[in-house]
Amino acid sequence: MPSNDIILLVEDNPDDEALTLRALKKNNIRNQVVVAHDGVEALDYLFATGMHAGRDASEVPQVVLLDLKLPKVDGLEVLRRVRIDERTKRLPVVILTSSVEQQDRLRGYDLGANSYVRKPVDFNQFIDAVRQLGLYWLILNERPPIREN
Amino acid sequence: MPPRRTSSIAIKLTWMNMLVSGVALLVSCAAFVVYDRVTFRETMVQGLSTQAQIIGANSVSAILFDDPDAAGKTLSAVRADPDIISAGIRAPDGRVFAAYPPGSGAGASNLPAILPKQGEGYGFRNGELALVRTIAADGRPIGLVYLRSNLRQLDVRLRRYASIGGLVLGTSLAAALVIFWMSQRAISRPVAHLAETSRIVSRDQNYSLRATPTGNSDEIAELIDDFNEMLAQIQQRDAALQTARDEMEQRVQHRTAELSAANGELEAFSYSVSHDLRAPLRSIDGFSNILLEDYSEALDEAGREHLRRVRLATQRMSVLIDDLLKLSKVTRAAMVRERLDLSALARAVADETQRAEPHRPVEFVIGPGLVSEGDPGLMRVVMENLLGNAWKYTSSHPRARIEFGAHRGNGRPAFFVRDDGAGFDAAYAGRLFGAFQRLHAESEFPGTGIGLATVQRIIRRHGGEVWAEGEIEKGATFYFSL
Repeated sequence: MPSNDIILLVEDNPDDEALTLRALKKNNIRNQVVVAHDGVEALDYLFATGMHAGRDASEVPQVVLLDLKLPKVDGLEVLRRVRIDERTKRLPVVILTSSVEQQDRLRGYDLGANSYVRKPVDFNQFIDAVRQLGLYWLILNERPPIREN
Repeated sequence: MPPRRTSSIAIKLTWMNMLVSGVALLVSCAAFVVYDRVTFRETMVQGLSTQAQIIGANSVSAILFDDPDAAGKTLSAVRADPDIISAGIRAPDGRVFAAYPPGSGAGASNLPAILPKQGEGYGFRNGELALVRTIAADGRPIGLVYLRSNLRQLDVRLRRYASIGGLVLGTSLAAALVIFWMSQRAISRPVAHLAETSRIVSRDQNYSLRATPTGNSDEIAELIDDFNEMLAQIQQRDAALQTARDEMEQRVQHRTAELSAANGELEAFSYSVSHDLRAPLRSIDGFSNILLEDYSEALDEAGREHLRRVRLATQRMSVLIDDLLKLSKVTRAAMVRERLDLSALARAVADETQRAEPHRPVEFVIGPGLVSEGDPGLMRVVMENLLGNAWKYTSSHPRARIEFGAHRGNGRPAFFVRDDGAGFDAAYAGRLFGAFQRLHAESEFPGTGIGLATVQRIIRRHGGEVWAEGEIEKGATFYFSL
């Protein structure tokens, strides 16, 4: 598993952040995980602006795990902006949220999310879900080419 | 408003009047004419009779002295009367004594009979008046005199009367027509106006019109007043109805707004529940798990057991939240009514349920061709709940039979799901459909007690009813109508 591929975790809840990181560790996923605590941080990281200015913006994450309920700029708005920008429009985005509202699913897929996963309450199930996500998005799935040439 | 066409009442009244006047005039004219004819005939007879008497008297000596020439001279005096056709004197033996015109004896035959009392007789025959009179001397009949007259005067008179009568009749009728036509307006105009007004009112539904009063005080004026009164009442009632409707409309709008607001709040509430209540649950479960894993050596068995219970409780709460959300969605969701193949739906849910636990030997008996009308999404929830329950409550038996079919009851079409599993105590059947009500312990069969409450709510939204029969360890049957 290439360990220089970055996972961008966009999660505002510190408990969920801790549990997700633990789940990744439990599954031996050693990729670098960048955590953004709200929508602004997430966009700042992806477009190398604000607090992440100076980052090499060509370094695009392997996958983005995106929560929906975020302060400042919410998950769907982040998704929308990611899909508009040339640099990030093909970026694999997995919506990882506790909401099963049909509206959210609809909007998520409409805005171009690649996947929609519900965070289970049961931690063991959560670990298993993260394992499957890791297996798929980091290993099985072919990431989009970084640039056309 | 003047009538656009001549009211048929006017025409009827006029015809009636013309008929009456005409008949009256005709009858009077006829009576006069008949009377006159009768009287004139009498006059004619009288005239001839007088002439006969004169001739008779003047001929007595001529007869007694047997002087036909003298008698003839006397007779010829009748030529003064142009209407006399013939005249003559006959002897008692029937011989013609004298005749006028001279020489003609034909007029002597076929004479009318003489009435003994009058001593004369007459008759109208063949367009002639014939009169016969006895000539008497010293009371003894010595002969008779006869006269024949034509009826020219009668004819002339008749014709004159006919033309006068006709003229009078025509003029009177014409005058009657004119006078009546003008005077009947007093009746037919208001009636026609009333008819026209009511026709327009009902055509245009315009109840603000009024019929013009006539100023009289007869029945028609009363009718007009009552008509106007009725129109006023209708207008009032319409106004009241409109006001009531407007009020109702406002109230409905108000209620609808309230309802939408309530629904909106419920929507927001559900959303919040679905998202925000789960996150802390996840934390509780997650960190309890971490404790169990990383600090198991620091904990004794009791401690580990406590944590396990914490985890179980959070998972149960999660299931409860999910079920509650489903129940609330069922009430809020928009419903469509489509033709549903219930057999196919049951088959699909049965297959899914079997796929989840393929090792269980369960026989599904699904009645074919069962259709009804309902919301496909909601009915799927019903089937999932009922078949899922049947699956769950037969799990303690080695084999199971779950049946879905149509129920021939009274009234509405109904269906049932039957299983031969654990059943329930019929004494508590009333609690079956209450939210969170369960008739079995969690340890026997897991569940939140929301499933049947959800089914009931869905079926009731379809306008149907659910009910159940069961016996402990003999299985249960759940019926529903749509």
